[in-house]
Amino acid sequence: MSAADTAQAPAGPDTATAPQARVAAKRTMADGVVSLTLRRLGGGRLPDWTPGAHIDLVLPNGTTRQYSLCGDRWDPYSFRIGVLREPDGHGGSDFVHDELHEGDVVGIGGPRNNFPLVPADRYLFIAGGIGITPLLPMVAQAELLQVPWDLLYGGRSYSSMAFLDELRDYGDKVHVTPHDTHGPLDLDAWLPAHPGGTKVYCCGPGPLLDTVAHRCAGWPTGWLRTERFVARSTADGARDRGFRVELRRSGRTITVPADRSVLQVLGEAGVQVLSSCRQGLCGTCETAVLGGEPDHRDSLLDDDERAAGDCMFVCVSRSLSEHLILDL
Amino acid sequence: MPTTAVSTPLPSLGTDPFSAEVLENPLPFQERLREAGPIVHLSHYDILALARYESVHATLTDWQSFQSGAGVGMSNFRYEEPWRAPSLLLEADPPHHDAPRAVLSRILGPRALRRLRDAWFADAEALVDQVLADTEFDAVTTLAEAFPLRVFPDAVGLPREGRENLLPYGDHAFNAFGPSNELVAKGAPRVAELSAWVEAQCARERLATDGFGARIWEAADRGDITERQAPLIVRSLLTAGVDTTVHALAATLYAFATNPEQWRRLRERPELARVAFDEAVRWESPVQVFFRTATDDVEIAGTTVPSGTKILMFLGAANRDPRRWDAPDAFDLSRDPSAHVGFGMGLHQCVGQHVARLEAEALLTALARRVQHIELAGPTRRHLNNTLRAWASLPVRVHRA
Ligand code: FES
Repeated sequence: MSAADTAQAPAGPDTATAPQARVAAKRTMADGVVSLTLRRLGGGRLPDWTPGAHIDLVLPNGTTRQYSLCGDRWDPYSFRIGVLREPDGHGGSDFVHDELHEGDVVGIGGPRNNFPLVPADRYLFIAGGIGITPLLPMVAQAELLQVPWDLLYGGRSYSSMAFLDELRDYGDKVHVTPHDTHGPLDLDAWLPAHPGGTKVYCCGPGPLLDTVAHRCAGWPTGWLRTERFVARSTADGARDRGFRVELRRSGRTITVPADRSVLQVLGEAGVQVLSSCRQGLCGTCETAVLGGEPDHRDSLLDDDERAAGDCMFVCVSRSLSEHLILDL
Repeated sequence: MPTTAVSTPLPSLGTDPFSAEVLENPLPFQERLREAGPIVHLSHYDILALARYESVHATLTDWQSFQSGAGVGMSNFRYEEPWRAPSLLLEADPPHHDAPRAVLSRILGPRALRRLRDAWFADAEALVDQVLADTEFDAVTTLAEAFPLRVFPDAVGLPREGRENLLPYGDHAFNAFGPSNELVAKGAPRVAELSAWVEAQCARERLATDGFGARIWEAADRGDITERQAPLIVRSLLTAGVDTTVHALAATLYAFATNPEQWRRLRERPELARVAFDEAVRWESPVQVFFRTATDDVEIAGTTVPSGTKILMFLGAANRDPRRWDAPDAFDLSRDPSAHVGFGMGLHQCVGQHVARLEAEALLTALARRVQHIELAGPTRRHLNNTLRAWASLPVRVHRA
């Protein structure tokens, strides 16, 4: 990659807009699992991320779903996610499997990371099924850091377990346990009574996480880190149409069309909001929300802060409600 | 050290950008550099330089091609021993950079600072009241230095004694990013003593239980960082948290003292304080330069740069690039200074920027309320530093409202 390419990355005030991506590749990874490679619409760098991060994927049918990033962060031009077809996925995963094609355009939010890889003397990674996705960049990173690690990877059967070919290179650090031939993961054998310098990262279905959490109940906080893989769908009905923003202090209302960011429209209306990264990363453009429901697309707020709905980053975030009231 | 064998002949300048003459007034040199080409060879040090906004911005954000881990000063850590243990933030790359950055971003983030806001606004009022007992004073010592020194060490949780070491320590750290010239030599005699003091303050037991420092140690308790990392992260706060803000505030006050119509605007619309501060940071660029190192043979503006080459980015020049800014030399509150590179950009963007903005907002708001007019009252004096653009003295006269 070269600086000349990256120079095309959105930087100026005129280029910041709602982040959109094109499906550059769609591949079948296992029974019921596809991977999507996403690239920024119009080219340029995507926001930086760290292992354990997920993005919001805003599908053309209006559904928003969250997926862990499982690609290579040294490639700033693409995101990769893995999507399992879930019977009760409320139209998200079915849509990805059946109706989303290479070349289609999706909205993206984040990346956000509630499951960051923190320093340790040793890692034990435990994946159940599609829970392997956030752990893929983690094992790559542990390898890079030359920290010893093991990965226990359980699934229904070999044919349902995605990314096995990529894990093969790591040799005997990877312990693959398909349930139909090998039975359940032997957690008792792997989880020590006291963690010592080992940190455990576990992602997968609820029952697996509960078992692991129960097993590690006496550990100090922070040594076991889990991410529940559930079909979260936090923002069904993301608006593909514009919305109105009322500026309470200046007593004005502006209309934000689907293809412009709130920040852009504010700037055009002569309302100065200081910004910097224009990617939802730095926090400079934080603006207080007095009414309406923001559609958060930043990398900064955690789930509770998002739910509070009292502030937003106008460089990337939008509105779920038709009307949004800002303290401007 | 490798020499910079580049594939195409580049424009070359022989000027030493760290000479006293250029540091005194870098603008003419920076203009020559910007106009010479998108990438320029500096023969004095055999390094490459970027001075246009587009290439500086691209290089700052492309951490994959341009690393910080080999040092963000002239010294190349691939071949030379750093003067102190490298910073876990400024002088580190992913993946090592991730955990310290995540911890500190949270502690210094806008929502974490909300609890300080009212106290800092009250502190600013009190300081301004006290300073305005006189109508003539030196804005550097009485305001630009006094305010950060009043609020920041308390916010970190430092003990009272020894705080006077913060400014000279920071000054030396920022000199040390440049070549080992007289400015570095001048600081050298006190390095051991100042470093020892700073290192001592980073220990858990030295820090008050409710400050940024204690929060860093709490992160170590949760395992988000290691116990060995915690003191070094506290050290980053002490190194980069004071001088930079002092010089940014001095730049802002100088900008207003020499642009009276902009002061009038701020008085009419005090909510412009944040924009004013960022405009001053763009205009003066308190942090003028930082280096990156090519991680591999990488291309910049059509030139292949060999792995290990040091690249000097002129943030100050980028912030006045006419290709990016209209009338870049004007300090103008009606401009949108957003996306200036005065705080850097990308992964390493100044983690303390929200702290600096809050300090500035508090101080400017208090001043705007009480001061009708501010002007220079005597000859000003620059403070020279290899990295920072700074004032030693700004005598001002104020008319109280
Ligand atoms: S400008 Fe950085 S978060 Fe909006």
